[in-house]
Amino acid sequence: MIFDDDMETLPREELEALQLRRLKTLTDRVYANVPFYRKAFDDAGVRPSDIQTLADLRYLPFTEKQDLRNHYPFGLFAVPKDNVVRLHASSGTTGKATVVGYTKRDVENWATLMARSLVAAGATKRDIIHVAYGYGLFTGGLGAHYGAERLGATTIPVSGGSTKRQVVLLRDFGATVICCTPSYSLFLYETALESGIDIKDLPLRIGVFGAEPWTEEMRRDIETKLGIKAIDIYGLSEIMGPGVGIECIEAQDGAHIQEDHFLLEIIDPVTKEALPPGETGELVITTLCKEALPMIRYRTRDITSLNYTPCRCGRTFARMHRVMGRSDDMLIIRGVNVFPSQIESILLETQGLTPHYQLLVKREGNLDTLEVQVEVDEKIFSDEIKNLQRLGVKIQKHIKEFLGVTATVKLVEPRSIQRSEGKAKRIIDMRSVS
Amino acid sequence: MKAEQISIFLENRAGRLEEVARLLAEADINIRALSLADTSDFGILRLIVSDHEKAKKTLKDGGFTVGRNAVVAVEVPDRPGGLHSILNMLSGQGINVEYMYAFVQQSSKAATIIFRFDRTDQAIEVLTKNGITIIPGQTLYSI
Repeated sequence: MIFDDDMETLPREELEALQLRRLKTLTDRVYANVPFYRKAFDDAGVRPSDIQTLADLRYLPFTEKQDLRNHYPFGLFAVPKDNVVRLHASSGTTGKATVVGYTKRDVENWATLMARSLVAAGATKRDIIHVAYGYGLFTGGLGAHYGAERLGATTIPVSGGSTKRQVVLLRDFGATVICCTPSYSLFLYETALESGIDIKDLPLRIGVFGAEPWTEEMRRDIETKLGIKAIDIYGLSEIMGPGVGIECIEAQDGAHIQEDHFLLEIIDPVTKEALPPGETGELVITTLCKEALPMIRYRTRDITSLNYTPCRCGRTFARMHRVMGRSDDMLIIRGVNVFPSQIESILLETQGLTPHYQLLVKREGNLDTLEVQVEVDEKIFSDEIKNLQRLGVKIQKHIKEFLGVTATVKLVEPRSIQRSEGKAKRIIDMRSVS
Repeated sequence: MKAEQISIFLENRAGRLEEVARLLAEADINIRALSLADTSDFGILRLIVSDHEKAKKTLKDGGFTVGRNAVVAVEVPDRPGGLHSILNMLSGQGINVEYMYAFVQQSSKAATIIFRFDRTDQAIEVLTKNGITIIPGQTLYSI
């Protein structure tokens, strides 16, 4: 099923023509209304009239999260404050909060994009949708809520927390779709089991999961345990919130980004040059329709690739590979870009579990060295030396094959890798001190 | 006929072996036999102890990765050719020894060898058929 047949299946040529029209209007608008963009355009020596094709996008300046912080709270808004009907904000744990605003039309567009997303995930208006994303300044709860209502489904605004009560509501109201983080779905499952309820026996059939990184392995785990289809949803508050992209239930192979609203680029995070289609790099998004807070070439920091091959669901929107890492975490080892999450995937593929690991980068002479330390837990431990040595060699081989980097693998005792505030510290880069 | 052995993953650095011995001593666990296999980075300590359940729990609580494996304790005549005759009947059946370690008991005419086979059940069958004495786990733990 497709919610917005006209848009979601537009042939690429027509889609690009629409994108270009919208991009031209957008550049005119931000240049006229946002001093920040006017200055950035002037500094880059580009005028809105220079944008004649989509390829001219590359002349426009980038926008970063820091720009939002520097103009806290409303400095980047492109409409008078009277026209802003909603504000959301990030928690600001790593600096000043970033504030995003929405006009009435922005909220409506967002609801439509979220409704499209729910339909792509397999939901219909006959579904009962349990929204367990947090409601509040965070965009997750309200974003999913408005979309579910726009679709016409029965919407349950549960928000986060009170897990035992959520289990009871899931059972009593018979929700068929749940929106939450993937890890929370597993927590719900375990909490339900403790109360003697197996979610598998409930009518729940679809999970729309986002707001945190997860793996294919985790998807299989959730699908088996809860007896549902687990769908990946992509979004970020600076751009809109949930619903920027969604996997279709037909393929479950990458999130279709709603390209009539968002113009996509993949860039090399170091050179900032646009990369050819299919290449892996940082996702950059330009919002084509946002009124209150338009974003020009916003650097998401998410590392991914775009797949433009036709999808069996019929949607023509490009599919974004599951986020492979964050460009802020990127390591450059002997000229090769390496993301901790790539190492994690390799460990997962090699052994089928998530061991604790740490990356140690050193410089010996003029050569960078990468040591991958893997904690030996009971699942990978063997009383035979050869089995453990084989494991190390296998990991090393896979890292070489997939990343093109030679690493040494060191097996270490459990808990020898430092944890800070419950989170493992993944990278120790000793190159700067030597 | 199988005996329980625990195995412990050790990083190759000072104090790790001592830590294992300390934990077992504090838990009042007696070590019956042991072997340490090592590489440049890590080692695997294998132990037969008086109470493997308790030993495993103690070491796990102490932060070690601990495994449990089935081994076979064989009584080998304490004379030239004693070991050879046993290995000969096993290799004849294509059974591979992953590793082994031996100890001599006080007041005994025989040595005891702990074997880790690739096919434990088949090995026990071959040894029993040939009249070799296998020491039951319970006897071994309380020697």
